[in-house]
Amino acid sequence: MLKVRQRSGTGPAGPVPLRHRSRAGSWFESQTRSLFLLPAVLMLVFLSIFPLFVSLYLSLTRFQFVPGGFRLAFVGLANYRKLIVGIEREHFLGALAALSPAFWLVFSLVAIGLLVFVIRSLQMPTAAGRGVAGRMVFALVGGTVIWLLLRTLTPGGRPGSLFTTLIYVTGGIAVQYWLGLMLAYLASQELAGRRFFRVVFLLPMMITPVGIAYTFRILFDLGKGPFAPVWGALGLAEVSWVNYPWGARLAVMTGDIWQWTPFMFIVLLAALESVPTELLEAAMVDGASRWQMFWKVSWPHILPVTSTVVLIRLIEAFKIIDLPNVLTNGGPGTATESLTLHAFMAWRTLDIGGSAAVAYILLFVVTLSATSYISFIHRRVAEVV
Amino acid sequence: MQQAVPLPRLRVARRTSPYAPTWLGALLSYLVLAFWAVVVLFPIFWIFVTSFKLPIHVNDGPFYLPFIDFSPSGDAWRYIFVDLRNDTLRPYLNTVIVALSSSVLALALGTSAAYGILRFPYRPRLGVILLFVALAVLTVVAGGLGVPWQAGVASAVVLFLLLRKEAGGRVSRSFGNDDIAFWIISQRILPPVAVVIPIYVMFQRLHLLDTHLALIITYTAVNLPIVVWLMRDYFRQISIELEESAAIDGASPFRIFLSIVLPLSTPGLAATFLLVLVFSWNEYLLALFLTSANAQTLPLSIAAQNATRGPQWWYMSVLILIMITPVIAMAIALERYIARGLLVGAIKG
Repeated sequence: MLKVRQRSGTGPAGPVPLRHRSRAGSWFESQTRSLFLLPAVLMLVFLSIFPLFVSLYLSLTRFQFVPGGFRLAFVGLANYRKLIVGIEREHFLGALAALSPAFWLVFSLVAIGLLVFVIRSLQMPTAAGRGVAGRMVFALVGGTVIWLLLRTLTPGGRPGSLFTTLIYVTGGIAVQYWLGLMLAYLASQELAGRRFFRVVFLLPMMITPVGIAYTFRILFDLGKGPFAPVWGALGLAEVSWVNYPWGARLAVMTGDIWQWTPFMFIVLLAALESVPTELLEAAMVDGASRWQMFWKVSWPHILPVTSTVVLIRLIEAFKIIDLPNVLTNGGPGTATESLTLHAFMAWRTLDIGGSAAVAYILLFVVTLSATSYISFIHRRVAEVV
Repeated sequence: MQQAVPLPRLRVARRTSPYAPTWLGALLSYLVLAFWAVVVLFPIFWIFVTSFKLPIHVNDGPFYLPFIDFSPSGDAWRYIFVDLRNDTLRPYLNTVIVALSSSVLALALGTSAAYGILRFPYRPRLGVILLFVALAVLTVVAGGLGVPWQAGVASAVVLFLLLRKEAGGRVSRSFGNDDIAFWIISQRILPPVAVVIPIYVMFQRLHLLDTHLALIITYTAVNLPIVVWLMRDYFRQISIELEESAAIDGASPFRIFLSIVLPLSTPGLAATFLLVLVFSWNEYLLALFLTSANAQTLPLSIAAQNATRGPQWWYMSVLILIMITPVIAMAIALERYIARGLLVGAIKG
């Protein structure tokens, strides 16, 4: 599901059993075979499946000190309630702006779009129950998210850690992808010295995010950073744009883009180079312009790879913590806190149940985003070409 | 006269290569590429320069070029390497030990799992899985109630072996290799913060908090899915004939795997190793939870530089530089493998 490989004629779909001369009997044979897989599976069971269940339980409890130690008091869904309607709402969801006519106008357009999306799946000749249900869940969650997004991002509202994370993920990936694609296209041309660019463009990916955060803090320092004369000329020397919520979020995103554009670049470059030269030459003979050659030949050809890298980044980008934690310490206020950082802050104040609840919501958001991405975009793109 | 004929032809042929830009295109391409190269290199250059500055050079506003703007000083380097010798060396060694061992371990477990999934048909039955989970939970609960863990584990293993056939027969729904592969790969979706608290408690119970072992085990588990994913795609393009003839000659599966499959996959192994190494080398969140003083890794000790006296850019720059040098050297050395090895499955389509 996460791969794009299984298309026609690319080798066997299932495992290819090796034909062994039967030696010490099939029992021994099958034990040897399971030894290949078992260590990895056991490791994952003990370090991700069991902890996941324990986390679920923790998210339903409250950590309390009692004489001689601590205990976990079962509190049901109180931790989740606290995040969504209770005292932590401003931190998690954000402050909601008042309802305005403009809001209703935009939201009703979105609602109509989602409704059409669901109704169209009902009209499809092969309307499978699961597909319809999946679209309904997606429309419901998507509608809620857009409702909250519109109200937190309009004047008077303020996004919380959930939407800050979504902004990092969507904004970051969009910029990284288009930037990486452009650079990959330019570097795929026959230019002297392109190996230099390839190596240099790879470097940011190797640098620790903590180091990047500090480096960008130095660079963004308006008074003492390297661009101080520029800011001074603009009369900005005494303010720090990390002190403004959107300035700080932009700083975090800049660091993230700087670090992860190389990943897009390297994979998309390899993909562009795997486009058959004959195809491009044929297009050229037919009189296609460079622009057309790229968008009509190369781009469709690399679309499956494109979709895979975006999926990988989608999964990884949700885990962001180091950059906001070091660059801005989550501030000003909680403006740059991502969900992971939010969970960490809660853990540090011994709100273990709350921390687990935030983590679980993050898990839900990532899983939902990844599965909707796979079923609505990735699968289609990977099959079309 | 006769030699002059082929020349223009050659030139025409070169101009029609679909990858050759026009001169204007080349100029613009160079401009954009050079701009991005500056964007990439300038921050690194700035750390490098800052590491040779004295506090006064930083505080009195930006100075750009050593020897011209300001006279460089090795004070920060001396402070980090001489005055703080052990406080620098220990996190560095910790990082090297943890990153290398966990990458090697993840590669070992991940490649063998990827190979197994690709070549041997597995049919795990739902009943056996449920039995395993139930027994594991029982063992943990029993341990919590005071049963010695050796006895608990031993009886669980015996029970598992005894009841295996029975459970498999009762609930006989089975899974295929694709299900296993998807399950393993999907573990990468899991945000580490969702599992880190139980892992913390587990290592605390085992008295392994703040040790190398705890970090090595955790990093291995975190990196396993990506190794399985990349290496499975890589192994898929190795032809099976060689393996089959070795199998007919009587070589065991382990022998085939070690002496035929792995040597044939060097580019894939190199790229995957680099990627996994970089992930563990730079990892922050898990180290933040699982270590405090003894096993602290470099990202944490860099982050801790911002403690009491405000950010000390000059020391931080030295630490960042010594931290990124090995991985950057490795990336440059392995650059040609990365493009070939990374996501080969996705790219070859």
